[in-house]
Amino acid sequence: MTQQLKMDEVQPRLLDETGQGVLTTPLDRPEGPLKVTGTAPYAAEPSLPGMAIGVLVGATITRGRAHVDAGSLRDMPGVLGVYTAGMARNPAQGTANAAPVQPEGFVQYHGQPVAVVVAETFEQARDAAIAIRVTYDPEPGAEVDPETASHVDGDPETFGSFDKAFSEAPVRIDATYTTKGHSSAAMEPHAALAAWKDGRLMLRASLQMLKYNRNEIADAVGVDPDKVRVLAPYVGGGFGSKLGIAQEAIAAALAARELGRPVRVVMTRQQVFEMTLRRTETRQRMRLATDRDGHIVALGHEDRVSNLPDEVFSEPVTMATHFLYAGANRRYHHEIARINRPGAGSVRAPGEAVGMLALECAMDELAEAAGLDPIELRLRNIPDEHPETGQTYSARSLAACLKRGAERFGWSARRAPGERREGEWFIGMGVATAARTNSLGESQSRVTLNPDGTALVETDMTDIGTGTYAILGQIAAEMLGLPRDKVTVALGDTDFPPAAGSGGSWGASSSGSSVFLGAKAVRNALAEKLGCPPDELRLQDGIATGGNKRSAIADLLDAPISEVGHIKPGETAETHSSASYGAHFCEVAVNAVTGEVRVRRALGVMAAGRILNEKTAASQVHGGIIWGIGAALTEALEHEPRDGRVVNRDLAEYHVPVNLDVPDVEVEFIEERDDHANPIQSKGIGELGISGAGAAVTNAIYNACGVRVRDYPALPDRIFPHLP
Amino acid sequence: MKTTLTVNGETHELDIDPRVTLLDALRHHLNLTGSKKGCDHGQCGACTVLVNGRRINSCLALAVMHDTDEITTVEGIGTPENLSPLQSAFVRHDGYQCGYCTPGQIVSARGMLSEFRQGWPSHVSDSLTEAPDFTDAEIRERMSGNLCRCSAYPGIVRAIRDAAPEETDGKEAAE
Repeated sequence: MTQQLKMDEVQPRLLDETGQGVLTTPLDRPEGPLKVTGTAPYAAEPSLPGMAIGVLVGATITRGRAHVDAGSLRDMPGVLGVYTAGMARNPAQGTANAAPVQPEGFVQYHGQPVAVVVAETFEQARDAAIAIRVTYDPEPGAEVDPETASHVDGDPETFGSFDKAFSEAPVRIDATYTTKGHSSAAMEPHAALAAWKDGRLMLRASLQMLKYNRNEIADAVGVDPDKVRVLAPYVGGGFGSKLGIAQEAIAAALAARELGRPVRVVMTRQQVFEMTLRRTETRQRMRLATDRDGHIVALGHEDRVSNLPDEVFSEPVTMATHFLYAGANRRYHHEIARINRPGAGSVRAPGEAVGMLALECAMDELAEAAGLDPIELRLRNIPDEHPETGQTYSARSLAACLKRGAERFGWSARRAPGERREGEWFIGMGVATAARTNSLGESQSRVTLNPDGTALVETDMTDIGTGTYAILGQIAAEMLGLPRDKVTVALGDTDFPPAAGSGGSWGASSSGSSVFLGAKAVRNALAEKLGCPPDELRLQDGIATGGNKRSAIADLLDAPISEVGHIKPGETAETHSSASYGAHFCEVAVNAVTGEVRVRRALGVMAAGRILNEKTAASQVHGGIIWGIGAALTEALEHEPRDGRVVNRDLAEYHVPVNLDVPDVEVEFIEERDDHANPIQSKGIGELGISGAGAAVTNAIYNACGVRVRDYPALPDRIFPHLP
Repeated sequence: MKTTLTVNGETHELDIDPRVTLLDALRHHLNLTGSKKGCDHGQCGACTVLVNGRRINSCLALAVMHDTDEITTVEGIGTPENLSPLQSAFVRHDGYQCGYCTPGQIVSARGMLSEFRQGWPSHVSDSLTEAPDFTDAEIRERMSGNLCRCSAYPGIVRAIRDAAPEETDGKEAAE
């Protein structure tokens, strides 16, 4: 049986009525013991009999045709084959549901894979991939600089009379910000193990959205999706880079079919930087103006991003700007420069992550221009309705987050720029809003209640570190009145019902809603067996009560009850503007001699509807805030100016935050239910923490030393020349 | 090339390509996949193992260089049914998310605590000669060779602080 719900109207808050008390509770992750002992199997780890190893070969030109000379490996020991047909140019974009471009030898960026070399051992394949001779017919016309690109897409969009309102306003700022490209840099490099049997493909890979990935790999290798099974029970981080099927999985599948043996392909760390989708660099011009009371009257956010010529994705830089603040007169101009740098795609919070670095820094500048505290400026500009669509907002606790954060952080102690100094360090505080759009994706899961009082949840949803194993078990246990450890959660297998996948912060709410619906159907079946109306059924600690009856749940069953929950987005997504909100607070020390910045304190006060597990949710926010620190202070993809290649293509040169870079980040949640979001009243949290976090850092730098950094990251050489 | 690796107290005779790194020998020749490959260049720490009690990046070592050495991997620290205090603390404090860097963090923390007990100074120590205080800054500095892109650093620090008094390598203490 399937319990289906299209989210057309607000649903009762059933999870506030259940009595087990395991939801929201900060329970440990059930898979934790496997992770801490190294026994959780990631994609590249299981071996298969007869397995061969493939290593990808990257192009060394920016644009043109590659000719791979397989014969050049004739004398290399152990080499089994060189495969070029069907190599993907770049990974599929998130939810593409179809193969990425397979250009058959035509190169469009430096580093693009042109072949996979397969050998008996990794050492043989690696050496052969280095030794292989590839010749090129370079083509003119490669462009690698987004600022000078000759082909730029995009049109302006205006609401009201922006130019007039801006020019006539008494308080104005006009500032341009830049951000460098970012790499997801998940700790587990992209990895795949492919095996064919009787025309069927089994693919173990490191992926975020299996429902889509199955169709993508099937399309890429030309088989029916029914002939493909994708497995990803453990994923060593994704952050967007594993949304779509990537080159190593397609190469492994194609090579395995040709060779007739299982093939494993793992990207090197350098290849992860070169071949997977980067976050675009951006240039953003912010024009903000207020009236004399600090109400925004004009808001302009114009941006330039880049991508390969025919990729459909472009970083939605102004995502949050559209709904976050009031102002009748608005202007946007989203420009996409078509260049031959590696493909651009989703990296944690596409849109907000970089758009809010500019928007929230501009709000800080505007507050100063208006003579207002930056929190007060934000409070005055929380709109009554969506300023562009007129939609009503669903639950939105932004004001509460800002006020609570100010109190907890000691915001009232903040002084004017340059006024607080400890030895050779300037000390300052900064604030920024957090906001990330929230959505619901179609999702299914199967919930089975067994006569022995245990339950099983099955879905092809993934856990990429987000806490899916924990929260889906908690939802099922709460609904079925079972202790958490009586519920087993099985994920990451396309043989299970298809889920929304992990991406866009929709995973927990979407897959969680499907588990809720499946468990609700099981409850209905139990109510019937007990002989009471479903509304009166109460389940707790394995006991069912209702209608003056009481029974052990196990005694009601002589066979398992299995139900599929199926959630679909509906009307509420149209009528309401839904987002998670929060407030970032940060205290930094800026060295008066070197310009070095140290983050001393960070606090995030967040509201994301019902929190499903306070421990894993807090970890998501920790991660987001620390990513924000990275974007603010150290992370920057550097491209060679002539050929566009990624120069800093490893973890020694691309600087993700390390342990000593971050303080003991504090996180607090504001109690909230979002009735319009989904039937469990929760919202996304995986990307909320990064959205705005970096701007709190640069705003704190300004407050510390009076240096306004508009070109991210705020490296010392962007600070010390301007120090007082 | 013939080599003998002693891993978690067990002796293994291997006949391997001299190009095989210690990490790949563990993962793909001995099926001890707890040690992770994150960068293969000694930049991320996911492959950290103990060699004769000291932590190293096993991706930067060839297996044949460690003939007769005593190697400890995460599998030798505890099992899912019998976690070490440090492993339990990582679960309790959510000192991980995706879990891929976690074995390296735990092995590194084990090695780091041993270095600390022996009075090694670090970049953040006030003195090079006096025993440093066990502060959060010391933990953070000494664990900064183990990257965590999920950024579970707050939980990692709490877990190490919490488990430090109990987490000792019995064998090392006896030596």
